[in-house]
Amino acid sequence: MADSTTSRVSFTLDSSLDSVNKVELTAEQYAARAGFDEDTVPHIAMAVREAAVNAVLHGNAYDRNKHITASFETTTDSLIVRIADQGPGLNPDTLPDPLAPENILRGSGRGIFLIRAFMDEVHFRQLHPGTELTLIKHRTPAQPGT
Amino acid sequence: MSMKVQTRQVDGITILDLSGRITLGEGSVTIRDAVRDVLAKGSNKILLNLGDINYIDSSGIGELVSAFTTVRNSGGELKLLNLTKKVHDLLQITKLYTVFDVKDDEASAISSFTK
Repeated sequence: MADSTTSRVSFTLDSSLDSVNKVELTAEQYAARAGFDEDTVPHIAMAVREAAVNAVLHGNAYDRNKHITASFETTTDSLIVRIADQGPGLNPDTLPDPLAPENILRGSGRGIFLIRAFMDEVHFRQLHPGTELTLIKHRTPAQPGT
Repeated sequence: MSMKVQTRQVDGITILDLSGRITLGEGSVTIRDAVRDVLAKGSNKILLNLGDINYIDSSGIGELVSAFTTVRNSGGELKLLNLTKKVHDLLQITKLYTVFDVKDDEASAISSFTK
């Protein structure tokens, strides 16, 4: 990747909802600082929140002995957020389509769908143990933020 | 930041005025409990006023769907009132907008329930 990183921060957090809220808030701040508009910033924050919820709830299952890591990187071209857990692993190909008629009234299963809806790129990487999600939102030339 | 619920009755319809966030660990359980309480008291015509809901995540969306199916399975009706743009857009993206009966005027919402 030819991007030059202009800003980066990472956290290791416990598997709690407080961590989810902290990650969401950081995403909101980074997205605003990167110059995304007022409609896009909440979308990025929500996508990152959903990734953090997945890590804490489905990945680590609130296990106090497991942690999540979150990193935020602003490059010339993109905002890149990585969220990793220490859970059993997630195969995105097995996730049911929440828009399918048989799933539309399910009470869960929309998190990854919303992440994909709001970000430009979403990548899954299997760790041993755990899963890392990389969420990328491309900046446009009109975005002057650092 | 948490969610608050106020309950009132209009013409036999139970209106739940919700405010705050509906997210995992915040409003989701509150909605579930509120709807359960209404059903336990014998009312199954429920209008959820979301006008002061400023944020909802996938767990919150799931909770709205669960409330909808719970009320419907009890033979009742659950409708949504006063969606903010954020909630409206989320229901569109998730294709739930046409699943719910969404109203933007309380009086017409009240009169739309089966008598």
